[in-house]
Amino acid sequence: MAEPHQHPEHLWRNPEPKRAYDVVIVGAGGHGLATAYYLAKNHGITNVAVLERGWLAGGNVARNTTVIRSNYLWDESAAIYEHSLKLWEGLSEELDYDILFSQRGVLNLVHSLGDMREGRRRVSANRLNGIDAEWLTTEEVKAFCPIVNTSPDVRYPVMGGTLQRRGGIAKHDYVAWAFARKADEMGVDLIQNCEVTGFDREGNRVVGVQTNRGPIAAGRVGICAAGHSTVLASMAGFDLPIQSHPLQALVSELLEPVLNCVVMSNAVHVYVSQAHKGELVMGAGIDPYNSYAQRGSPHVIEYQLAAAVELFPIFSRAHVVRTWAGIVDVAPDASPILGLTPIENLFINCGWGTGGFKATPGAGFVYAHTIAHGQPHALNAPFALERFVTGALIDEHGAAAVAH
Amino acid sequence: MLIPCPWCGDREDIEFKYGGAAQIAYPTNPDSADDAAWARYVFFRPNPKGKMAERWVHSAGCRRWFNLGRDTVTHEITSIPDMGQRR
Repeated sequence: MAEPHQHPEHLWRNPEPKRAYDVVIVGAGGHGLATAYYLAKNHGITNVAVLERGWLAGGNVARNTTVIRSNYLWDESAAIYEHSLKLWEGLSEELDYDILFSQRGVLNLVHSLGDMREGRRRVSANRLNGIDAEWLTTEEVKAFCPIVNTSPDVRYPVMGGTLQRRGGIAKHDYVAWAFARKADEMGVDLIQNCEVTGFDREGNRVVGVQTNRGPIAAGRVGICAAGHSTVLASMAGFDLPIQSHPLQALVSELLEPVLNCVVMSNAVHVYVSQAHKGELVMGAGIDPYNSYAQRGSPHVIEYQLAAAVELFPIFSRAHVVRTWAGIVDVAPDASPILGLTPIENLFINCGWGTGGFKATPGAGFVYAHTIAHGQPHALNAPFALERFVTGALIDEHGAAAVAH
Repeated sequence: MLIPCPWCGDREDIEFKYGGAAQIAYPTNPDSADDAAWARYVFFRPNPKGKMAERWVHSAGCRRWFNLGRDTVTHEITSIPDMGQRR
């Protein structure tokens, strides 16, 4: 692996925007950068600009808890997330950059009979889709992750769990930088501090974007701006069934290695892993109200920590050193919207809710295909905007693992 | 965040449940509404960056529903004209 972990300003150029591109991607987060990379690599489309209103990879890709897994319930979700996981498995090599992908296993705890039924059903569904999944008894949970409190005396005792051993975490910044560096190498212009303020249309066809650095003509435009998807869509002239909510996360100080896997618990609302440097990284459910403020209410953090300390008594002396929030797109069925829009040559990738990071390579791969061909890839065809009219929803509220 | 309940006054947001966007009108002719119209009613809601008309219920207090104007960027409580009107 060549020269990883350089300071990011040496990893790509910072070009002035040209007046026209074949493809303009709005949003230089993980998904936008991955899309640009796969447009160049898989489809030979390199006259591409990725426009970013702030700095590269400063939105949700910098704010998530980096959990990667593919243990979703329905066939459509399992297919797209598993495609993504397979890409993760080769990504360090492909991008020639060690993204610290660590398949340490993702353990989902269950605390009730309903949880247990749902968990066992999902293990079976995953196996039928060729995805590794195991059911663990309470004793097996304890053996796999010894610091989990499996005592029957807690408020919500651990009744078992599901385990995906191929799941894990990666270093989010390196993922974004690695995609950015390769896309840049292939000729993609990554343009920071360039906010899209409008869309230029001829009839029902998009022909370019207006930005704070002037108009940029585009053959095709792909929106990839989680949190602000509806803002951009309404600028372009269509609606999305998306609501923007804060999702909070936090880290502890650096600790000795104490947690060997990712642990998630839907019922008590906490998920935690220990990052490579040593900090515990935790998240909870979304804040209930709509917000673009990148901050949430303190009681959400309080509940999350109460659950964490009950499940992991060893954490009780750790300190919270930093909390933050990202703005997530929430769709009615907790599944993404990835495909065409009512406007010709304009494409949308949004609605990943609280779980977009794990989909970074997979979403970029199929979104690049969709933009290059003007038609969805087989993997994202079920995630079309039309499903809210046809009723063919993909209900992943259970597997999404975070309360939406 | 303090939410002004019209009956109990300012209380912490933990006492409330959020009801999403206010002013959502039921289809005027439900018998003749097509799938697209139902989709809009069921799944599509305003998601403004800025002033928003919302429903809240004081679930740990007086348990009454009310409309509230709130800014989704600053979280300031703001006034919304024609708050009682459906759109």
